[in-house]
Amino acid sequence: MPTTNRSASTALTPEAIAESIAADETVASEPVALYALGLGDDALVLAHRLGEWITHAPELEEDVALGNIGLDLLGHARSLLTYAGSAWGTSEDDLAYFRGESEFRNRQLFEQPNGDFAHTIARQLFASVYFDGLYRALRRSTDPTLAAIAAKATKEVDYHLDHSVQWLLRLGLGTEESHRRMQRGLDAMWPFVGELFRAETGLPEGGVAHVPLDVTDGGTLGGVVVDLEPLRSAFDEIVPRLITDAGLTVPTVPFARGGGREGRHTEALGPMLAEMQVLARAHPGVTW
Amino acid sequence: MTSPGDSGTREIWPLWEVFLRPSRGLSHVHAGSLHAPDSTMAVRNARDLYTRRGEGVSIWVVPASAITASDPDAKGEFFESPEGKEYRHAVYYTASEAVPHL
Repeated sequence: MPTTNRSASTALTPEAIAESIAADETVASEPVALYALGLGDDALVLAHRLGEWITHAPELEEDVALGNIGLDLLGHARSLLTYAGSAWGTSEDDLAYFRGESEFRNRQLFEQPNGDFAHTIARQLFASVYFDGLYRALRRSTDPTLAAIAAKATKEVDYHLDHSVQWLLRLGLGTEESHRRMQRGLDAMWPFVGELFRAETGLPEGGVAHVPLDVTDGGTLGGVVVDLEPLRSAFDEIVPRLITDAGLTVPTVPFARGGGREGRHTEALGPMLAEMQVLARAHPGVTW
Repeated sequence: MTSPGDSGTREIWPLWEVFLRPSRGLSHVHAGSLHAPDSTMAVRNARDLYTRRGEGVSIWVVPASAITASDPDAKGEFFESPEGKEYRHAVYYTASEAVPHL
């Protein structure tokens, strides 16, 4: 156990999950692995997009903030992919670097290009509301690994949400130009909101019960995965209010067809994966 | 004459000074400075930049423009050592024998 100057924490690390898998103590069933893979891909793809901002943010401080959020998400992705891999005997790196576009299960919002700063904030706002509700509920999953990953992630996504809201307000209530751009960002990302709350169709039948979302922490344990219906209602309550508080208009553009969980993606994902995977594919099997 | 990184008129994020009180500390200590559009964002940026290793429990941010500093060129007179002013220091008392642990 390496010593750090952090106070001792019981937060689950990807390394600890990998150790537990190696010791045959943790093995995800196929449906749970597919579920974890979807959540892991959401976090991985968004983390990569945020990484593209490094050294390009409007200010040094914002470079650090976006980098922090990206690092948090990459941490979630590593844990989730490591756990998913236990079902198939694959590592987090195998899953990240050696799957093609149609094998990626992330929802389409997360692969959307960064656009300008307002586009990125709009994407992050929707993503953070989704993650926040999801991980809060997932803490009560009957799957102990998923519950532990969610417990660690909850604190982090709370902060991501706060960051997005602060910038939504500043851009929305800032100058005429920042207001116009923030509205355009919201309009551009809105079509991908619908897909976030669609049931997980890619999961095999049976074997997965749903966790009913109870906003109080005394909810009854119902199963492994989070029921997305209540998350949708929470989103519909929170986000329009945030948008109008920032002096902006709730978009009315129709939702896109979606299909990320089944491996159907927008044209943005392919080039992103090509860049992300090029080195690993040029030197398969090396350690780094 | 601009300093490196100074973008002149484009610079609309003022400078803030950051003071942190560590979890076991008694007082806030100057940790560094940062740019932020307003005080709310300054506190959040300070959390990002100066408390990544859990070292702080309390953050103060102050606009750099609100701080008045002593004149660095006036060091001599301003901070003149009190040499030769023994009457200012209680150095000539002798300890009473009846008070051993003074």
